Amino acid sequence: MGLEKFKNRNVGTQNYVKLDLTPPPKSGWCAFKQVLSRTFKGELFVGLWVTLREMINALFLGKMHTTQYPLQKLPISPRYRAIHDMLRLLESGHYRCIGCGLCEKICIANCITMDTRYDENQRKEVSEYTINFGRCIFCGYCAEVCPELAIVHGGRYETASEQRASFSLFEDMLTPIDKLNLQQEYQGFGAISPNADDNIKKTPLAY
Amino acid sequence: MDATILPEVTAVGVIIKAILILAVISAIAGFGTYIERKVLAFMQRRLGPQHVGPYGLLQLAADGIKLFTKEDIIPQHANRIIFMIAPVITAATAFIALGAVPVFPGFTIPLVDVFVPSIASDINVGVLFVLGMMAAGLYGPLLAGMAQSNKWGIIGSARTAIQFLSYEVVTGLSLLAPIMLVGSLSFVDFNNYQTDGYWLVVYQPVAFVLFLIAGYAETNRTPFDLLEHEAEIVSGYVTEYSGMRWGMFFIGEYANMITIGVIASVVFLGGYNDCGIIPGWLMILGKIAFSFFFMLWVRAAWPHVRPDQLMWLCWKVLMPLAVINVVITGIVMMVG
Repeated sequence: MGLEKFKNRNVGTQNYVKLDLTPPPKSGWCAFKQVLSRTFKGELFVGLWVTLREMINALFLGKMHTTQYPLQKLPISPRYRAIHDMLRLLESGHYRCIGCGLCEKICIANCITMDTRYDENQRKEVSEYTINFGRCIFCGYCAEVCPELAIVHGGRYETASEQRASFSLFEDMLTPIDKLNLQQEYQGFGAISPNADDNIKKTPLAY
Repeated sequence: MDATILPEVTAVGVIIKAILILAVISAIAGFGTYIERKVLAFMQRRLGPQHVGPYGLLQLAADGIKLFTKEDIIPQHANRIIFMIAPVITAATAFIALGAVPVFPGFTIPLVDVFVPSIASDINVGVLFVLGMMAAGLYGPLLAGMAQSNKWGIIGSARTAIQFLSYEVVTGLSLLAPIMLVGSLSFVDFNNYQTDGYWLVVYQPVAFVLFLIAGYAETNRTPFDLLEHEAEIVSGYVTEYSGMRWGMFFIGEYANMITIGVIASVVFLGGYNDCGIIPGWLMILGKIAFSFFFMLWVRAAWPHVRPDQLMWLCWKVLMPLAVINVVITGIVMMVG
């Protein structure tokens, strides 16, 4: 089906499919006939069959809808913008952040605070880095502007905590050094979620 | 049909049976809520209760503890006495009705050699008694709604009056045709009538369908759950109830569902007669269970009707059909 059908905006010239709505019965005899036909059509049993079919699907064919959330989690898209992660260089294990300060500059909520200094090798190191998650609007500009792919959005979307600080320090966001081999690269804009194939469905226009 | 002889009807036996009915049926009624939630969940592809105990089975106990420990609130302007006894009427009439329906075939206790008929009292007007008791159950919702000084309760009790009173007519008329065939009002006679021949549903399919429809209306089940329909009248006659008084309405409702299942099984579906190698007690358990399941199934599948459609259905469709059914049955009996 081409797009030209949808581009035609002239109301009344489209080839609409009309619903088969029968006019309301005019006389008592017509109403009686309608009642009779509806009674013996067995449409009520279609409803019964549909619910039974769904029960069989759910119980025996493994098509239960429920995700038992705290125990099971649906995979989220790599483009989801949750709590930030600070990544490390894979070779040396050193953090990637070069202290350029671009993320602090671009942050439109003014929630990133960083301080840098020169270490003994005259190399810039991050002495302080916090994100105020009470202000952060998760716009993703910091991750987008970072030249080193050092700050990215991770997958931690359960952000309930007793203290805001438990997310927002540099060390909390930094990949733990012993889990360096599990570090995930940002897959880039346009990346699809891991279960994208399962989510493809026929558009329910059949009826 | 000779009058059924009950050899060992003693006061002790009757009391034991009454206690058994009370205990077993209220346990099953509580368990019915669990079954209902599970079946409805499966039909909507959900899981239902499952965190309390294995498969959520202890949810029942959790709900019971919750109901018992909840504060029993009586509204300020309610009529206290009537408000307090109305739930008891519903529960009591439901259990009294169960006293006159047979559930199992009579059996002999092996060692002491005592024959036990599995019916608390086989009165010779069993059908009338049970129908009358279920009709008296009307007073529970009616008084509850009127006593609580709440407009939703008033609407609920008004609906109770029109729905229960109207559908009493259909229940009675639909059972009249089988009564004519059997020639007795005792449930035991109904059962014995079907021992050799076919089930009565073969001779009286119309009466069976009418009885089921009217039974759903009288137990306040879904196509006709207008008494407490949440989307329209908050909770109808139970709006102001809480705790165990609220729970008693539901024990009564579930006991009534079981009663309707038993009557449908005994009157129309062959009762507790053996079927081939399947013993009678298993047959009737299966029939009652299916009848209960069918109520939940219908609840999952069909939307409920409007009050005017309810009245239309009762007085313009079911009642004439029931009368015609009785007339045709009479003519066939007279000719044949």
